[in-house]
Amino acid sequence: MFLSEHQSKELLAQYDVPVPSGRLARSSEEAEARCAEISARKYVVKAQITAGGRGLAGGVKFAATPSAVAEEARKMLGSNLVTAQTSRSGEQVDAVSVEEALELEDNVFIAFVLDPSSGQVMLLGSAEGGVEFEQRSRMDPSTVKSLLLGPDSPETRAELTTFLSSIGILRDGPLDILFAARQAFVDNDMVLLEMNPFARTSAGNWVAVDAKITLDGSAMFRHPEFESLADKQGLSATEMEAQKNDINLVRMEGNIGVVVNGAGLGLATNDMVYDAGGTPANFMDIRTTATSFDIAKGVSLLLDQPKARVILLNVHGGGMTACDTVAEGISFAYSRSDRKLPVVARLAGQNAEWGIRILRDRKIPVEVFDTMSGAVSRAVELAS
Amino acid sequence: MSIFVNSDTKVIVQGMTGRAGTFYTDQGMRYGGNYVGGVRPGKGGRRHLDLPLFDTVQDAMARTGADASLVIVPAPFAGEAMVEAIQAGIGTLVCVTERVPQHDMARVKAALRQSNTMLIGPNSQGILSPGQCKIGVMPTVDARPGNIGIASRSASLTSEILAQCSRAGLGQSTTVGVGGDTLHGVGFVECLKRFKDDPDTEAVVLIGEIGGTEEEEAAAYILDSGFSKPVVALVVGRHAPQGRRMGHAGTVSALGLGSAAEKIDLLRRAGVAIADTADDVVQALAGFQKAA
Repeated sequence: MFLSEHQSKELLAQYDVPVPSGRLARSSEEAEARCAEISARKYVVKAQITAGGRGLAGGVKFAATPSAVAEEARKMLGSNLVTAQTSRSGEQVDAVSVEEALELEDNVFIAFVLDPSSGQVMLLGSAEGGVEFEQRSRMDPSTVKSLLLGPDSPETRAELTTFLSSIGILRDGPLDILFAARQAFVDNDMVLLEMNPFARTSAGNWVAVDAKITLDGSAMFRHPEFESLADKQGLSATEMEAQKNDINLVRMEGNIGVVVNGAGLGLATNDMVYDAGGTPANFMDIRTTATSFDIAKGVSLLLDQPKARVILLNVHGGGMTACDTVAEGISFAYSRSDRKLPVVARLAGQNAEWGIRILRDRKIPVEVFDTMSGAVSRAVELAS
Repeated sequence: MSIFVNSDTKVIVQGMTGRAGTFYTDQGMRYGGNYVGGVRPGKGGRRHLDLPLFDTVQDAMARTGADASLVIVPAPFAGEAMVEAIQAGIGTLVCVTERVPQHDMARVKAALRQSNTMLIGPNSQGILSPGQCKIGVMPTVDARPGNIGIASRSASLTSEILAQCSRAGLGQSTTVGVGGDTLHGVGFVECLKRFKDDPDTEAVVLIGEIGGTEEEEAAAYILDSGFSKPVVALVVGRHAPQGRRMGHAGTVSALGLGSAAEKIDLLRRAGVAIADTADDVVQALAGFQKAA
């Protein structure tokens, strides 16, 4: 689950991690009025979306006066910001943050993650933070250093001091702040905490100028305090509706509606569709816990997409999601929709023949193939 | 032969009395697996599926001699269940539960470091040695005993590849689902080490996907160890939209969330035969058989 910059900073501030003084605004008038609440010589206006890469996409603008702040806010609010990390249609800007623009001396990139191999908290750092870092680190990963960082102790303080000097922080290292950030990372089930830039002001204070937090969606059962954030995830209404029904659905640009169980088989199917010259309308992964009603909901969402011209059904039934369950789901969806898109089906594994019989009995306009590649070529043919 | 488990493996199930636990224990027993008991706190002394229930893993191991456990408990309790089994000294631990919190897995990994337990999963379809033992949630209709070892990050795709292999007369020694989560137990490298020493495994199939570092580590291991058995790899997600919400490039590069193209390139350079699509795996395996 993604927190916006403003939400991220509010959470960090609770742990005494310093952040610039800032206010949230939902209109240009409000943005202008908020300037009075911030003691600043210069301001920065930042689009509040959950995806990163804003700086390079025009989502961060400096403004000298409150009226300039209002002008920048007016341009951003209501627009769709497309960054390297959003989908092609971008993410709508519903709020901006107005902050004090600080004079910065040292600029570093800092992040906390869980090390995939050891499971320990890993601190990442790079001597050069800021917007351009995005492109530079993509070219040269060696600029990013890492340290497995345990909880605050004399030993870990020494390790942290050495680490900080390796990224160019030679004196007055912000040890307390980084241990506080580590605590916030662990307490809140974060899977990613980025502070970029994490910077020293000309007054000598370290500040998280920008912050981005990803919470572990699987741990939300023990964090009711984040429940209200679940609705603002930069997901389309369709994608959110699917999630409620145990289906992972990602909207894509093409015209072949893809119904698949399992993420790996879903990726494999989409690869084959592209290889055959087609484009999927979506990525789909029916989770193992999905019922035929959940599946019906997912298929309905595809039938509702005007662009979709054919449904490609590729299922390998196993365990509790057998082929008949999926076939029932498709049949429900078709019985409730006026749009009878042709179905190209490849069913294998548990109850495959039974599934095919269900589709035929319910008069679904289905063509059945034995192999994945056979079904994919036919779907691409029907879609073009 | 097989890796991690065989027909002698004695299996207990943590969470056996739940709906999914009951279903998959029953299936595992019907497949001929040597299931010896279940763990359900508060129900020790009773029976379920005609097997004895115990309050703790330690108790179950002491009374049944179990050396493997299947964890099939709801996600909020799965981490705790895994730590319990690890601390009790179980040999092979399989966790099929999806959506285990990552910070819980951090605690599981800490427990693993002080043990000899081999953890498979979580979010894994489990492990299957056709004709010998099934610990997991995979279908078995298409599985046949044989000489192909499969290690995979994807459940449904494993079933697919396995079915295609069987249809072509290529049975399997063991299939291992290493699980789809970032933090998990054994990876491709551990599976490769075991397959190397297993006399009944003649060739290995790796089923990978975008993200993580499994494929990169496997490529390095194959190259460095002079791995002698033929390996075929399928890496899916070549056309998945890239960079979407995967965090900052700095984090991405440090965590090695590599693209399919990068992974394929490294594996190819390590001498692995690449199957372009799921339908090409069998042909790649057959190529080795002809060459031999």
